[in-house]
Amino acid sequence: MTKIKSLFMALILSLGVSSAFADGHGSTLDVVKERGFLKCGSNTGLAGFGLPNDAGVWEGIDVDVCRAVAAAVFGDASKVEYVPTTSKVRFTVLQSGEVDMLSRNTTWTLQRDVELGLEFVGVNYYDGQGFMVPASLGVSSATELDGASVCIQVGTTTEMNLADFFSANGMSYEAVPVETNSEADAAYTAGRCDVYTTDASGLYASRAGYPDPSAHVVLPEIVSKEPLGPSVRHGDSAWADIVRWSLNAMIIGEEKGITSANVDEMKNSNDPEVLRLLGVNQVGDTGAGYGQWLNLSDDWAYNILQQVGNYSESFERHIGPNTPINIQRGLNALYKDGGILYAPPFR
Amino acid sequence: MTSNPLRKLIFDEKIRSVWIQALVIGLFAFLVYTVSQTTAYNLEKRGIGTGFEFLHMSAGYDISFSLIDFTSKDTHLKAYFVGVLNTLLVSISGIFLATILGFLVGVIRLSSNWLFRNIAYVYVEFTRNVPVLLQIILWYSILIHLPKVKQAVQFLEFFYLTNRGLYSPSPIFLQGFGFVLWSFIFALVFTFFLKRYLKKKQETTGKQYPIFYINSAIIIFTPILMFYIMGMPIEFSHPVIKGFNFQGGMVLRPEFMGMLLGLSIYTAAFISETVRSGIMAVSKGQREASQALGLKNNFIMRLIIIPQALRVIIPPLTSQYLNLTKKLIIRNSNRLFRFSSWLWWYFFKSNW
Repeated sequence: MTKIKSLFMALILSLGVSSAFADGHGSTLDVVKERGFLKCGSNTGLAGFGLPNDAGVWEGIDVDVCRAVAAAVFGDASKVEYVPTTSKVRFTVLQSGEVDMLSRNTTWTLQRDVELGLEFVGVNYYDGQGFMVPASLGVSSATELDGASVCIQVGTTTEMNLADFFSANGMSYEAVPVETNSEADAAYTAGRCDVYTTDASGLYASRAGYPDPSAHVVLPEIVSKEPLGPSVRHGDSAWADIVRWSLNAMIIGEEKGITSANVDEMKNSNDPEVLRLLGVNQVGDTGAGYGQWLNLSDDWAYNILQQVGNYSESFERHIGPNTPINIQRGLNALYKDGGILYAPPFR
Repeated sequence: MTSNPLRKLIFDEKIRSVWIQALVIGLFAFLVYTVSQTTAYNLEKRGIGTGFEFLHMSAGYDISFSLIDFTSKDTHLKAYFVGVLNTLLVSISGIFLATILGFLVGVIRLSSNWLFRNIAYVYVEFTRNVPVLLQIILWYSILIHLPKVKQAVQFLEFFYLTNRGLYSPSPIFLQGFGFVLWSFIFALVFTFFLKRYLKKKQETTGKQYPIFYINSAIIIFTPILMFYIMGMPIEFSHPVIKGFNFQGGMVLRPEFMGMLLGLSIYTAAFISETVRSGIMAVSKGQREASQALGLKNNFIMRLIIIPQALRVIIPPLTSQYLNLTKKLIIRNSNRLFRFSSWLWWYFFKSNW
């Protein structure tokens, strides 16, 4: 019997230990620092947002948020390990502690923020569900799509928005269910469906990969709000603050005109906010800079702007009008340029 | 042997096997219990509540092909039944096609014609060794690269082939069509008894009747006669291009046809081998004996060979049918049942 007892004990212990392990993460910042690199949940591959380039280096505006956090924590933007996550597993990967943060076109919703135990720290891209059609159809508005065949990924919220949009406008459609982005691209380019609908950013990214991108137009109607942003686990506010302010630093950088090229000159600026941001000015006369509040070095924001650049640089580099993705700033312009991008003051 | 009960516990084979089994079952139950408790605990800790309440919530999405009425306001449960019906439709059609093709190829493989025999051989070997998923994708890709709606291929006057599917006129039954249907059922019942009667007569008098031809004629012509008597109570709705798509008529979608072709052509290759082995399992002596009796070739096949072959064929055939259905469900668990989206709802109460 003792043998069996010890077997029971072993079983209980192993189960207990594994559950304790899953629970027991202390301060995320300490864990990350000790590990020596940041683990960032990324997309499995979305051009312009998060995709490895020819050399295998991850690039994109979502990836730049990971790099910014690494630059803030380690002073080295390259100290990131990317964990590709599909839309189905992304939250589980974050919750189980497999990654430190998630930065892959994920919509901020009440349920995700509250019930799933995530914490969204900001918005790095204001998106919305759009419709793409071949230019040859001569359609200029989504309200002209009555009777069309629509390619739609099964099981997504976009599927429900689609049903709502068409029934609200009294239109009928044929849903062509597809499972992945690439399946949708294949069906859409073959003409199986007239319309492909998903987040507008995804449409732009898909279009860039088509043989003739100019033959497809994204219609002006945006039928949903999809604020995409990085998220962390609920319960470690200190870590959430670091990710939040890494993103904010990039936005303030753009607002103040600090780029990776002129960041050193800007240290001589007359603007106190710039000086605070770049770690030149101290908090009062305490002798310590603004990094102390985040448990980071005072040049954390300097490192972000020097190595990753400001928000505008990141946008133009990966998805702007000069890239194959070709997205206008639109909503994602700064509040003073007609968009809604707005960071709290750095003080 | 002493009758010490403790010794019995170990050395009596019957008693020993009982408590060992009980122990294993208990251990397993404990394991299941612990794992589920730990899972539940960890889920709760992460604020993830599970439950099937979502089944009674409205699905929120549309299904373009459904045998029963379905709108986005209906529940997830109803969407599931739509999936079950669609699965049954595809698997039954697939089984039907695969059986016909399989029997045909199986018989051809035993043909004395070198060319036919080897064409069947190549088909079987090729199809069996290419993964079925690849074949489904191949057929689907071919189908969605057919001409677009505006350049639809028209054939047999009323049919249109496009990359959105095969469109055909759909019948609209007017009043009086019920009589035609009833006359058909009546003809079926009548021919059943007629066949029994004529068989009996043949057994007593030895006179043979062309039962097959007589019955076929009755089954075909009775409803047609009724159809004209009732004044042709049927109309057709023809598919017409309107806007983006054909409207009206019936349509077989490329998703449906691709799945059907891929699965049934694949399964047919296996069925043909089953059929061939079944026929070859009937000993040569049976054929020779019936030839010696002077039976005609088609009688030999129908009365001697096939009944014996079926005994060998049917058991593996059922597993082929199961296989087809299983492959269909695995390949389409998301499209038909939204399986992963169910998991998501179960845990997170939303789509992803």
